[in-house]
Amino acid sequence: MTPRNPTQVRVLATRARVAVVVLVGVLVAVLFRFQVLRSSDWLLESQSNRLRPLNVPAPRGVIRDRVGRVFAENVPGYSVSVIHDQPDSMISTLHRLREHLELDDGRLEDLAIRARTGPPRPLLVTVDAPFDVVAALQERRSVFPRLLIETRPKRLYPAGRVGAHVIGYVGEINEAEVEAREAEGAEPGWIVGRSGVEARYESTLQGKPGMRYVEVDAAGRIVGSFEGVPGVTAEPGTDLQLNLDLELMEWIDRIFPEGMNGSVVALDVETGGVLALYSAPAFDPNVFAGIVDRSEWERLVQDPQSPLYHRAVMGKYPPGSPWKLATAAIALDLGVVTPSERMPVSCGGSYVFGNRAYRCWKPEGHGSLDLAGAIQHSCNVYFYQLGLEIGLARLLEVGNRMGFGEQCGIDLPTEAHGNFPEGPEFWERRFGYRAQEGEALNIAIGQGPNDQTPLKMAQFILAIARDGSAPAPTVLRSAGNGANEASWSLDIPQEHLEQVREGMRRVTRQGGTAYLSSLEHFDLLGKTGTAQSGGGRPSHAWFTAIAGLHGQAPEIVVVALVEFGESGSGVAAPLAAKTADFHLRGVHGIPRDTIQTLGEYLRAGRNTAWARQPDP
Amino acid sequence: MRTLAAPLWQQPMVITLLLLSVFGVGMIYSAGVLEVPSTVTEGLWIRQAVFLGASVVGLLVVSRIPLRWFEWVAVPAYVLGVAVLAVTLVAGTGAGTAEGISSFLSIGGFRFQPAEAAKISTALALAALLARREGPPLYLRDLLTPAALVGLPLGLVLLQPDLGTALAFLGIFFAVIFWAGTPWPLILFAASPGLGLILAFSLRVWAAYIVLLAIGLYLYRFRLYLVESIAVILGNIAAGAIAQPLWNSLAEYQRNRLLVFLDPELDPRNAGWQLIQSKVAVGSGGVFGKGFTAGTQKRLAFLPEQHTDFIFSVVGEEFGFIGTSVVLVLFGYLFFRMITMAEAAKRSFAGLFIFGILGVWLTHVFINAGMTIGVVPVTGIPLPFISYGGSFLLMSWMAAAVVLALANDDS
Repeated sequence: MTPRNPTQVRVLATRARVAVVVLVGVLVAVLFRFQVLRSSDWLLESQSNRLRPLNVPAPRGVIRDRVGRVFAENVPGYSVSVIHDQPDSMISTLHRLREHLELDDGRLEDLAIRARTGPPRPLLVTVDAPFDVVAALQERRSVFPRLLIETRPKRLYPAGRVGAHVIGYVGEINEAEVEAREAEGAEPGWIVGRSGVEARYESTLQGKPGMRYVEVDAAGRIVGSFEGVPGVTAEPGTDLQLNLDLELMEWIDRIFPEGMNGSVVALDVETGGVLALYSAPAFDPNVFAGIVDRSEWERLVQDPQSPLYHRAVMGKYPPGSPWKLATAAIALDLGVVTPSERMPVSCGGSYVFGNRAYRCWKPEGHGSLDLAGAIQHSCNVYFYQLGLEIGLARLLEVGNRMGFGEQCGIDLPTEAHGNFPEGPEFWERRFGYRAQEGEALNIAIGQGPNDQTPLKMAQFILAIARDGSAPAPTVLRSAGNGANEASWSLDIPQEHLEQVREGMRRVTRQGGTAYLSSLEHFDLLGKTGTAQSGGGRPSHAWFTAIAGLHGQAPEIVVVALVEFGESGSGVAAPLAAKTADFHLRGVHGIPRDTIQTLGEYLRAGRNTAWARQPDP
Repeated sequence: MRTLAAPLWQQPMVITLLLLSVFGVGMIYSAGVLEVPSTVTEGLWIRQAVFLGASVVGLLVVSRIPLRWFEWVAVPAYVLGVAVLAVTLVAGTGAGTAEGISSFLSIGGFRFQPAEAAKISTALALAALLARREGPPLYLRDLLTPAALVGLPLGLVLLQPDLGTALAFLGIFFAVIFWAGTPWPLILFAASPGLGLILAFSLRVWAAYIVLLAIGLYLYRFRLYLVESIAVILGNIAAGAIAQPLWNSLAEYQRNRLLVFLDPELDPRNAGWQLIQSKVAVGSGGVFGKGFTAGTQKRLAFLPEQHTDFIFSVVGEEFGFIGTSVVLVLFGYLFFRMITMAEAAKRSFAGLFIFGILGVWLTHVFINAGMTIGVVPVTGIPLPFISYGGSFLLMSWMAAAVVLALANDDS
């Protein structure tokens, strides 16, 4: 028992109190620094701890036709991604996913490589998961804790195969493109245009991706979305309005000869705008909307009919008789002939040049013809002589000026250029002999080394329908809706040009080759063609047409080509005529009908009095 | 002859402890509110509340026991405590967040930590030992027996190995010899080998320290035997000498804990993780906190041990600076009350024991709260009355009960 000195006790107690105050004070002071002075820094850290930015894909711009009908739009789709983790666990998740999602071996292998080598981002498995799969995966969240299911806009082509080639399709961006477009914020999973308008106007349609924050736990699992920190709203891509007429293209799809391949091009005479660009056979671009299934892709690529091939702008065919119009235009441009002039030798079924007889298609001959008559009857003998009068060199020179060896410059990512000799030296380079003047005979009637796309032929006919000049056909409806600048023009007096048109007009008059394709309400100016395809196969059928109200300015140019169609007048002419009629009836408010051409009127037993007008 | 100064439930200490404990149950509830699967079940707070109830019952009983009984029981209790600690070394198991160390004993399905009870019995024995002295310890040799008395259980706890609890025993020792009136230079000399151990990481710093120590001993030469001075120097040299082997003998995680205390970014994924995430939790709480149960660090499992060792971080995150300072001020008030009670105690045994418990709690609070903000290295030591742990809560309350029993006995 120590009797303690009260003073000493007081001193000790005071010291003890000081010690307590110091220790607690140190803690409070440090806490003050943490929680009051530096709190915002730590708050930022706690947010970067738990918040992860995720890109929000921007909806692509909607593609509409000239009056607003939808070619391509967006519908909500579901994407499934695996959140970044150890590669092995990501791959095992992928394997387990196969129970729910269709993942072929190739795709799985691609994804496994990306899981191993890719950046630490969610690994996109599919951008187009069916809803029932998404529901099933949501239910099994505990089995798939590191799965990210998001809605993202998915491309839909309501018109299906109509417009498939010109509108194109989309696909997932590849790694090289991601790198190239990093500045735009590209990341895997982006949907980009792969062909057609979708590819040509990719940057316009793409839009700007947004960003949102999600909350993650310590293990990196996404716990939920987070609204506390504002993200960036995705900016949708710009909508496009095209010159195309969806209804017209659907109509062409309906009337195109069943089982045949080919294409139809329709241009607006005033603007050069593309009203229709149709290629058969077509495919459904909706199969590309998500990630393409390999087997489907291979089926399309290996199809002997080449449905992916855009014949209207890529197909090259010998132009045949319609090219006689070009010969006529070149002659008039050079002032070699006047329309009323007749050739020295009248057609007796053949023309002798050098030591060879060049035949006309009509063995008994056409007699003596002026230009319009020669066009009406497609007389070879007339054009042989016209070609000789122009001369090979000048024929080729002006032909090149008109762009027969080039592309039209249509606003699509791919377009074939025509095959056309650049000059007489072509023969030496290509065939090893000096070109003789006789080559002019073949060229003049659209044969020889000359292949053109349907689009190029349409652009040429457009010049005939206008004033001798032709702009580049455009798919996109430009803001001003004005005519495009001419890409080339011919120096032909209007009355001469009218004589060419007169020749074409007579083609659908009584006695013309396409009389049965004449129309009740409209003037149809045409030129048939049956171009040898070579290899002993049937000839390609051409019909190039200009149409408009009777006696008034032309409004539409239509070029129809049916591969191995044999008969320009029998197969291609009705196709072009019905295309023009459908369009013009719409424009002029005349009720549409499936009975359009004279031939159809006759078969339907209708009154055909309108067709028996005598030649003026 | 017992007269209670006031009814138990009116005494400031009891009210303070109830406030802390109830707040603790609330925080344990919050610690269970998570967005992710976790080992912490949502019902833990109920268990803690049940133990709190048991603690209050225990308080009512124990606080009525007369002082003499404690004096009488001090030595047997101490012997029993040491014996049980020795048994624990052999038969002990880990549990919960202290999985790595064998600090629990399981008897008939009831698991408890013998070290918690040993703290009370050691404090009793030390108080009894020093209360028998005629005057305050004036020489180092006067501290030899007390040091040995505390050193035995402390050593056993270190062998578990449970560094945090061992530090609590040091708290008992220094708090009690302080209250016994030991001159402060003597306390410093007694503590010096520990300081030497820490400073030995740099030879230059350690050499300078030894020189300072020698000067101190020279100035204090008239109050110490020469042998003692030499012993202090030798002790420090020995401490410096064993520092390196001791460091090497530490487990990897223990070394990392000490290293990341100096630089958490050294190992931000593993050892540094707790400290970084705890700092982020406390700091991001700001002045007012993110709100009860709304702490994101805790909710999303960034914060480890959020219901036991790091519950103070949850307080900081959810109640901000207001919350943490209120808790610390409550503890400060508790300690002031205990100092006042020791001051007022008629018998030095009572005062010394109160200081023993004060030493334990002060150590716990300072190390626990300090480690959440990087003031001290991360040590597995819970926050009294607030951290989850049934037997720890109960034993803390029993310690409080003994304090009250001794303080209120004015016979």
